[in-house]
Amino acid sequence: MGSYARPSTLAEALNLMAPGDKRLLAGGTDLYPGAGTALSGDILDLTAVAGLSGLEPTAEGGVRIGACTTWTAIAEADLPPAFDALRAAARQVGGRQIQNAGTIGGNLCNASPAADGVPPLLALDARAELVSPRGTRLLPLADFITGPRKVALDRDEALAAVLIPAPALAGRSAFVKLGARAYLVISIAMVAARIVTEAGRVREAAVAVGACSAVARRLPAVEAALQGARPAEAAERIVPADVAAALAPIDDVRASAAYRAGAATELVRRAVTEALA
Amino acid sequence: MIAFTLNGTPVTVDCPPTERLTEVLRDRLGRTGTKVGCDAGDCGACTVLIDGAQVCACLVPAARAEGRQIETVEARTPELERLRAAFLRHGAAQCGICTPGMLIAAADLLRRTPAPSEAEAAEALGGVLCRCTGYRRIIAAVCDTGETAVPVTEPGAVGAALPRVDGAAKVMGDSFGADDAPESALIVKALRSPHDHAAFRFGDLAAFAARPGVAGVYTADDIPGRNAFGAIPPFADQPAIAASPARFRGECVALVAFEPGAEADLSGFPVTWQPLPALMSPAAAEAPDAPAIHVNRPGNRLIEGKVARGDVVAALAASAHVVTGAMQTGFVEHAYIEPEAGAAWIDGEVLVIRACTQAPVMDRDETAVVLGLPPDRVRIIPAATGGGFGSKLDVSLQPLLGLVALKTGRPCRMTYSRPESMASTTKRHPAEMHGRIGCDAGGRITALEFEGRFDTGAYASWGPTVANRVPVHITGPYRTPHVHASARAVHTNGPVSGAFRGFGVPQGALWQETLYDRLAEKAGIDRLEFRILNALRDGDRTATGQHLASVGIGPCLEALRPHWARALADAATAPGRRGVGVASCWYGCGNTALPNPSTIRLGITAGGRLVLHQGAADIGQGANTVITQIAAEALGLPVAAFDLVGPDTALTPDAGKTSASRQTYVTGRAAQAAGAALRAAILRLVNAGDGAALALDGARLVVAEQDRRREIDLAALPEQAHGYVLVAEETYDPPTSALDAEGQGVPYAVYGYGAQIVELQVDPALGTVQLLKITAAHDVGRAINPALVLGQIEGGIAQGIGLALMEEYLPGRTENLHDYLIPTIGDVPEVESLILEVPDPEGPFGARGLGEHVLIPTAPAILNAIRHATGAEIGRVPALPHRVLEALGAAR
Repeated sequence: MGSYARPSTLAEALNLMAPGDKRLLAGGTDLYPGAGTALSGDILDLTAVAGLSGLEPTAEGGVRIGACTTWTAIAEADLPPAFDALRAAARQVGGRQIQNAGTIGGNLCNASPAADGVPPLLALDARAELVSPRGTRLLPLADFITGPRKVALDRDEALAAVLIPAPALAGRSAFVKLGARAYLVISIAMVAARIVTEAGRVREAAVAVGACSAVARRLPAVEAALQGARPAEAAERIVPADVAAALAPIDDVRASAAYRAGAATELVRRAVTEALA
Repeated sequence: MIAFTLNGTPVTVDCPPTERLTEVLRDRLGRTGTKVGCDAGDCGACTVLIDGAQVCACLVPAARAEGRQIETVEARTPELERLRAAFLRHGAAQCGICTPGMLIAAADLLRRTPAPSEAEAAEALGGVLCRCTGYRRIIAAVCDTGETAVPVTEPGAVGAALPRVDGAAKVMGDSFGADDAPESALIVKALRSPHDHAAFRFGDLAAFAARPGVAGVYTADDIPGRNAFGAIPPFADQPAIAASPARFRGECVALVAFEPGAEADLSGFPVTWQPLPALMSPAAAEAPDAPAIHVNRPGNRLIEGKVARGDVVAALAASAHVVTGAMQTGFVEHAYIEPEAGAAWIDGEVLVIRACTQAPVMDRDETAVVLGLPPDRVRIIPAATGGGFGSKLDVSLQPLLGLVALKTGRPCRMTYSRPESMASTTKRHPAEMHGRIGCDAGGRITALEFEGRFDTGAYASWGPTVANRVPVHITGPYRTPHVHASARAVHTNGPVSGAFRGFGVPQGALWQETLYDRLAEKAGIDRLEFRILNALRDGDRTATGQHLASVGIGPCLEALRPHWARALADAATAPGRRGVGVASCWYGCGNTALPNPSTIRLGITAGGRLVLHQGAADIGQGANTVITQIAAEALGLPVAAFDLVGPDTALTPDAGKTSASRQTYVTGRAAQAAGAALRAAILRLVNAGDGAALALDGARLVVAEQDRRREIDLAALPEQAHGYVLVAEETYDPPTSALDAEGQGVPYAVYGYGAQIVELQVDPALGTVQLLKITAAHDVGRAINPALVLGQIEGGIAQGIGLALMEEYLPGRTENLHDYLIPTIGDVPEVESLILEVPDPEGPFGARGLGEHVLIPTAPAILNAIRHATGAEIGRVPALPHRVLEALGAAR
């Protein structure tokens, strides 16, 4: 039987992490499936650490979301419309039981290609705040999640928060998720789009697709094509080739690769249209 | 020590800090009301409230309970009391395994939203899966703000929508197989094959057995009897523990018994696997050079069933219109929320097994064979069973538990994990079906030609039943003068295909009902009118040559006419790709052309206790209630007067298995006969007439007629059999005849009928399907309990939705409840049920079976509605979005 610690301060947590041999536990919704009656290994439970939970404004005018913030807390938070996609995703991660326990940090660190939190955060230009006894560093989210089930965490390091920069608070966002049933859906594909308009035209578009590549991706070509578009033109400016350029869908039990490729374009159009509505 | 408040009471426990909260509640604190369905957060059965918020207790480390308020189904809060009463009133609990999770999730909602809408209820309960009810009764119960239950005062028995007689336990967290075991029971774990087909060798078993905490290791060599079980004795071939080779992924090859409290860890078990080429499709298994999976079954063919009548080739040649088509289905998992669980112990000379089951007497006999015991030395006590749908007809852990109890002399328990349950137990047969159907210029069906190949997996199980049932039912409930139909069951190294609600008939209906739509179109006839035109009527002959009486399909289809017209009009005017589909069902109740008797005993004690020995396993469908209602009606005493002795092979006569939609009909007839016989005996005692009213008044039985009142002093009567002073025991077996070589004969004495309309919308860009409404007309002969009828219809529809749109089991890839999708509370649309009562002369008070019928029309009606909406013809289910989109592309 391994050890278990649930420190209340970051200093204590960092101390315990120093040897680099701990399994970090947040909501538990990804760690418990497949386990026996208890978790194996030495467990460091981060959920009581002050400063790792909750949403707060940053000094630079952005938003900091503690890694142990639950989906329910995000869904219920008072946030600008740029966060609508993230809040919508929060309401569609598992059932309410999972939303009450599962955390945004756990979702990112688990690094499932179908993680619902990733596309909305990519569309918010999120950065990962990593802490270790050696200090704090920031990584763009796209550099933090490096592959399926792979993140750029050193052995003595933890994800402390995701940071949304002030400029990303502009605009409105939307989240569209596709699955084969109504609740408890593991996405076939999902899209988050954040659109900033100015004088009736798209000034800035941030569009990300999940479950259609090893890691969720932004779609630079689509974003570029949307620049300057009037809302009525937006959908037609989204073309399959631009969507496909960033994606590498696979066949799995939920859908074929070819289907995902086609569905992604349609979902991008819908998400962009909704964000512009 | 961890201290928290449980349902208002402070508790402390000493346990590993990351132990699952479910373990703490159930094993350490004995609060087994909280259920475990998956240990992965996929099913929600273990939902509890922590500081008022619902979470899956299986994902919560014990240490996090420290200082918190935890509420479980055992709590007596106002919200839970209101919900319990409403669940009973609405029939929202069937098997009861998901009920605790549903109640807790709903309590969470009611605290936030005391008068929720349907949408709010669905949103709040979206994380809890139910496999029985189809969710509609649950939503109704959650939204019912009635503060107190209306007491049921209806005096009637048959026809009354009584709450289920075993409902009170279900809304408190009933006692399932995992919930009760003797103190100090050993923990049994199975080692299972990770390969579809593999030879294996054991190393030093004695060394593993000598590990601390290991009480014993057992392999096929330890089986004392015949190591081959199977529901149909002539085909019994499945080892309880396989000797090399293992023939499918998930097959048990060894057992380990662990001391209680020891870590049940199978890692390092001394086994070496040598994977062998596996036959993973019937085509591969039927290839000329394919090796035989069983040496005595050449060509890997288990059996072929056939029905032939008339001259199909000539009739098709002479037909004005002929359609040809194929349909394919995959493995479907039963996905009951209760994984197999049970316990065993030795009581004197008798091995006692308490476990989930649909067939206690078959369990007893099969376990006895495997263990080399006479049947009377095995006693099966069915636990509350958390869904079965056919899979719990086969033994699973019964012989394994029995072996460990016999070998050690000690009590033992076993609970399958979710992946273990999914990998090792039976599935619905994948089907590859093709053929032709013709009609004349007026749209009258002339002939049907059908060939079906069914993947029966590694062992026989119920493959023969599927092969025999499919050809008999392949016409659907339509007059078809010329028929040639064959269905063969082929062994592969896939999971064992067994019984699943409908025994192949739902697969066949997907083929025939989609073809009938195309045939109706060719004939230029409305699809519903085409079915009405061809519906079997009284006096018609079936494909097996059976003369039918009291045929209910015509009335069902005719009852749908106004709904059909309304639905078509709605679809035509609404925006979007709306479609409407219809399909029918018929289904013979009871074994196919084989005896399947049921016996019911009723007795009254000297003290005035009226006892019903009810041996029909109630897996949620309601046999406890229905059989009591029938006995009460026949006897003339109220349902409330009955004391039930539940299924127990030591206490109840054999009421057969809960399968083939037979319990209401067959056991119901036995109950009707027993009730009538006991009534006759009572009336004889006091020389009263048939119309006399009975009443129990303590130890006195009052017999009242218009002008006279007699009292029987029960204590003064001489004791008869089984310790009763008045007793009746009656047996009923359906009058059927064997089918000849051409499949001609009377396979069933009673059939049930139904038809359903599906309204839906297809998203043509994504291929997703949104169901809008299902209207279901079912002829049940007589609704013994209309509330239970509604529950069966809605639950069957939910499984039909799963079959049509999302369910496909892939060995090794979907062995959990997040990759294997079953409908959630948001996937079952409004269901409007039309209950028809065309009395069946053979059924008890006219009743027919219903349990399987209700699933059959749903999937084909969905496919027909998709085609109506888009022109897309789906040739393979489930119609996942990518398949729908592909079919849409082909249709353009």
